[in-house]
Amino acid sequence: MTTAIAFRDLTLGYDRHPAVHHLQTEIGTGSLTAVVGPNGAGKSTLLKGVIGALSPLGGSVIFGGLNRDDIAFLPQQADIDRSFPLTVLDLVAMGLWREIGAFGGLGRKQKPRVEAAVAAVGLTGFETRPIGSLSGGQMQRALFARLLLQDAQLVLLDEPFAAIDARTMADLIAVIEGWHEEGRTVLTVLHDYDMVRAHFPRTLLLARELVAHGPTHEVLTAENQFRARQMCEACDGPPHVCGRSAA
Amino acid sequence: MIWDAVFQPFADFGFMRRALLGCIAISVGATPVGVFLMLRRMSLTGDAMAHAILPGAAVGYLVSGLSLGAMTVGGLIAGMAVALLSGFVTRVTALREDASLAAFYLISLALGVLIVSTRGSNVDLMHVLFGTVLALDDAALILLCAFASLSVLVLALLFRPLVLECADPQFLRSVSGLSAVTHFTFLALVVMNLVGGFHALGTLMAVGIMILPAAAARFWAAGIGGLVLTAIIIAMVSSLTGLLLSYHYSLPSGPAIILVAGIAYGVSLVFGPVGGLIAQALPRRDFEV
Ligand SMILES: Nc1ncnc2c1ncn2[C@@H]1O[C@H](COP(=O)(O)OP(=O)(O)O)[C@@H](O)[C@H]1O
Ligand SMILES: [Mg+2]
Repeated sequence: MTTAIAFRDLTLGYDRHPAVHHLQTEIGTGSLTAVVGPNGAGKSTLLKGVIGALSPLGGSVIFGGLNRDDIAFLPQQADIDRSFPLTVLDLVAMGLWREIGAFGGLGRKQKPRVEAAVAAVGLTGFETRPIGSLSGGQMQRALFARLLLQDAQLVLLDEPFAAIDARTMADLIAVIEGWHEEGRTVLTVLHDYDMVRAHFPRTLLLARELVAHGPTHEVLTAENQFRARQMCEACDGPPHVCGRSAA
Repeated sequence: MIWDAVFQPFADFGFMRRALLGCIAISVGATPVGVFLMLRRMSLTGDAMAHAILPGAAVGYLVSGLSLGAMTVGGLIAGMAVALLSGFVTRVTALREDASLAAFYLISLALGVLIVSTRGSNVDLMHVLFGTVLALDDAALILLCAFASLSVLVLALLFRPLVLECADPQFLRSVSGLSAVTHFTFLALVVMNLVGGFHALGTLMAVGIMILPAAAARFWAAGIGGLVLTAIIIAMVSSLTGLLLSYHYSLPSGPAIILVAGIAYGVSLVFGPVGGLIAQALPRRDFEV
């Protein structure tokens, strides 16, 4: 198995306060990995480090056969102005940025692909709806359609299912599994361990430091989870916050 | 009748035709920029920048009197300096943006008025504050048209990144390095259009023709294209109506134009089909799924 991302003694943080310490592991090309850990464990920080929004305090992130603009990223809190007059189709079509850039035309040639992406997330019929009128689940579907069009080899998702209804979740997991089948590398931050066990072959358990990384059933043991909770208590805020989120 | 009221003034008087042309140029150039200012919730920033232009133009005035070139250059420099500075100030200090902007434009206004008063007459001061749309000479008209053309061109080029920068800045940053360029080019467009508007309508009114039609358009159109088009039309109609009112009732023309735009905003607020007061009071027609 080739390596998509290698973390070499990676330390990430804010204003010199490290949030992820000395991470040393590799993500295989084409793997489908869940990133889990208590609140404040550094999961979002890790993804920000991968896309380069945060530069390492120490160590490095090395990409194998992949360049920076071949990454699609869905942040934890998409900071989208929902009142902005965009339609679903407009929003989704932005996923073609790499192809059309700032000035390229967006015309008849691309439209069927945009529509196909909208259909793939079950939003057919919503194309001309303003994004302000979508429910949370529909918005998340639209963002997944945009990710589909980005056609990236590495897909990073930060808690994509927070506050999403069960049906939407099931549909979007199917999209993620589709990416996996196409051989893309997918890294998803999740909280629901049952979902991780059911759909994600590999897991990276983080608690400021790496707790474990490997096949999901080997990583999500009671012992590792206990360790993660303890490690997080040691380095972050009030203990009950960590304990609750990891349960 | 209608001919006398609407067309005769323009047929008879060159200064009316010039004023109209100047206003049309401003409507085409400044209003689309105003739409984006509004969509980015930066209307107040536009206001602050309009005031910030004043001291710059005033220094230009000190150096060479009521000269188009000096006041333009002074205004552009001051406006750009403030645009760069205000972004910096809000990023560095914890001061809420509206507070720092308000402080800013009060100081600018005071400074500008002081500078002009040290040398000029009250007439000059009125000129700077309220513009001279009825006295636009060839050079001023050419400047206004050039600014408008440049503004439309740049906005067309920048359209997609600008939309993204407003709607989903995080995404723009993740797919391209254009984010900062887009932001500052946009601010430059705002400054340029305000300086253009300054010559015709004066500091205090220039921002009105930028913001009011955009704010009114929001009650008529839902898409960006529709917003821009509606705003331009509202600006042009306001200019025409304002000029005619000022002609027939000998009112100051800049304020007349802005007042008509203000009335257009009020009417839109009440009658506009997109979220206007009446539309909201009527029973809601649900979206079909
Ligand atoms: N923008 C930021 N500035 C300063 N500290 C931050 C910032 N974002 C996160 N942190 C801190 O970094 C640590 C890890 O946060 P994060 O990566 O968001 O955790 P997770 O996503 O695992 O819940 C936390 O202690 C958090 O307070
Ligand atoms: Mg997080």
